[in-house]
Amino acid sequence: MGAGHGAGAASPRILVFSTANISDPGIDLAGSQHRHYASTISTITVPCSSSVQPRWIVYALQHGFDGVFLAIDGDECAYLPDCNARSSRIAAQAQERLRDLGIALERVRMAALCSVCSEAFVKHMDEFAALLAALPAEVAA
Amino acid sequence: MPDEELTTPTSDAEHRRIGVYICHCGGNISDFVDVAAVRDAVATDPNVVHAETTLFACSDATQHDMVERIQRDGLDGLVVASCSPKLHVPTFRAVSRRAGLNQFQYTQVNIREQCSWVHSDDRPGATAKAAGLVRAGIGHASLSVPLEPVTVDTVPSALVVGGGVAGLRAAVGLADLGLGVTLIERTDHLGGAVGGLGAMFPSNQSGRELIAQLVAEVADRPSIRVLLETELVAKSGSFGNYEVRLEGPPGTEPVTATVGVLVIATGFASYEPALGEFGYGIEGVVTLPEFTAMVDASPGPLQYRGRPVGSIAYVYCVGSRQPGGNEYCSKYCCTATAHVAVQVAARDDRVTQYHLYRDVRTYGVYELLYEEARKRGSVYLKYADDAPPDVARRGDQLVVTARDTLTGPDELEIPVDLVVLVTGMVAAPNHDLTSLLKLPLGSDGFYNEIHPKLRPVETVVDGVLIAGASQGPKTVSESVASALAAVAQSGAMLLKGQAELNPLVAVVGTSCAWCGECASVCPYDAISRVEVDGVAVAHIDPSACKGCGGCAPYCPNEAIDLLGVTTAQVELMIEGMVAPVHEEVLVS
Repeated sequence: MGAGHGAGAASPRILVFSTANISDPGIDLAGSQHRHYASTISTITVPCSSSVQPRWIVYALQHGFDGVFLAIDGDECAYLPDCNARSSRIAAQAQERLRDLGIALERVRMAALCSVCSEAFVKHMDEFAALLAALPAEVAA
Repeated sequence: MPDEELTTPTSDAEHRRIGVYICHCGGNISDFVDVAAVRDAVATDPNVVHAETTLFACSDATQHDMVERIQRDGLDGLVVASCSPKLHVPTFRAVSRRAGLNQFQYTQVNIREQCSWVHSDDRPGATAKAAGLVRAGIGHASLSVPLEPVTVDTVPSALVVGGGVAGLRAAVGLADLGLGVTLIERTDHLGGAVGGLGAMFPSNQSGRELIAQLVAEVADRPSIRVLLETELVAKSGSFGNYEVRLEGPPGTEPVTATVGVLVIATGFASYEPALGEFGYGIEGVVTLPEFTAMVDASPGPLQYRGRPVGSIAYVYCVGSRQPGGNEYCSKYCCTATAHVAVQVAARDDRVTQYHLYRDVRTYGVYELLYEEARKRGSVYLKYADDAPPDVARRGDQLVVTARDTLTGPDELEIPVDLVVLVTGMVAAPNHDLTSLLKLPLGSDGFYNEIHPKLRPVETVVDGVLIAGASQGPKTVSESVASALAAVAQSGAMLLKGQAELNPLVAVVGTSCAWCGECASVCPYDAISRVEVDGVAVAHIDPSACKGCGGCAPYCPNEAIDLLGVTTAQVELMIEGMVAPVHEEVLVS
């Protein structure tokens, strides 16, 4: 269970790009198990993390999200054997653009999340939120 | 009855006409999210002509209302904010079709698993998030376009993996539907766990007889091909047209087959206690499967290593319901133990039988067995979860020490001739198969269905079905029931002869200037160079495209969009999620 959520807690806003067949079930499982995380975390579902476009990540950070988390399928991806490398490339490309915009690169995170990784998801969110909360605020570019 | 409805029956060519349904899910959502506030927050969206809250969006009555509403108000978009898309996307796509709305103009928003259930400590936060998610859904629906599924011909045959009771019954059922069946079994014989069982409740038929009967039925059907000592080693293609590669015993040529679906019925393994766990390893301490085999093997009075057995202690829940270990209940072991106790008592009613249990779960008709076991003299003693019995050998005597929570605080010392550790089922070790098929496992290690009630034999891998105890502990009749469910589902998928493929594929926009990058990164060869009016551009074949979207980030001109998650949709969703919810809505 994440600690410190609840009414009034000013948690960073996190956008999670999650995959329909693998990480979404894991995130849903956190729900079925009633594991809490901050209500400022929302998810957009994609078929595969390799389909996330770097510009979406930048757009989210420019429009009110404090961090973007890519939940990737790793070796489990049903579509692409090199999904890991592709997802890393997307995160790196987004970070390149963030560097130019003066946005902290730490605002993009990526980790493999399996279909039963409910506890891991909450842990990732708690850790990422803590990291984001400690970053100095930036002027949106 | 719906709560207050907000309808703006205006006609406006610039805007979409979207209907929004926000579900209470009984109280699963509305106990933690102010659903009326969510409705109020989205009802004024210029693309929304109707917004309402509903007690159960999936109920027949609400579905009927939705159809009527779509037709009466001429809706061109539908947003349902309720549970995970895993559950009801087929339901609301069907609602859309019945109403004449293109099914891909409906958007599902998950405000249960990903909102109310995880923010039950934060009602304002959960409400604000739900409003954001619904706005994102409206944004998504506002850019939806009508799409038609790509249809492909399916192969009328199935691969059944596992030759136990579930696999055999599935093979017979599939053949009777007119489907070709290849049944593979890893060992050199059919029958699985049931093939080794003696008399079973309630018919008293033995497991061996049941399997022999099923094997005879399989042999009667020429459309079933059985391959022993064979494993699935490769799978390619997609639902309706899977190519599978099967490897037999050394020295035989691998077999390839084309099948429409796969039924995975790989069974279970029995829990093996660690040495010393409840005295396991001490002479006279056996597991339930060892004991039932012993009873089955010798028809006369019960003996253990040549000595008569006059008293037995059954220790329940060994390896089951253990925090940090197997946390689940195998739910068959209480019944199996009552059954074997009745058999023992029927042979010799002087044998004393003690059942040290935590909870007795002889559900349904098995309650009769529990009653009969007690009538025949079995003594049931309930031990506390945090005070398990102790099993030790003192000299020549096995002694079980326990406290019966129902009769008093005193410690009981029970000298017995035999201790039976009532062990449950664990997932069979099938790592290679699991990773080959990319099947999701539950936290118990068994294969996971999409939903235990709504889609009980389907997995997230289209066309790969699960049956029997591969899915979790089951009795024989439950295994057979799930095998028949897999048969029915296979029939529903294959007998039409055609399958609908996801039309949410990648498309190329006008800014393409053909560089070939996308084609080079598509492992499915779905992208090729074509010339349009003398200009080279990329073309994506919708029947070859798997809809992963992996090509899109490689386009230097950002010309590729994946239908269903286009850049414009994602940007609108992001805006919807971060837009503030007015305070007055949240405090209402």
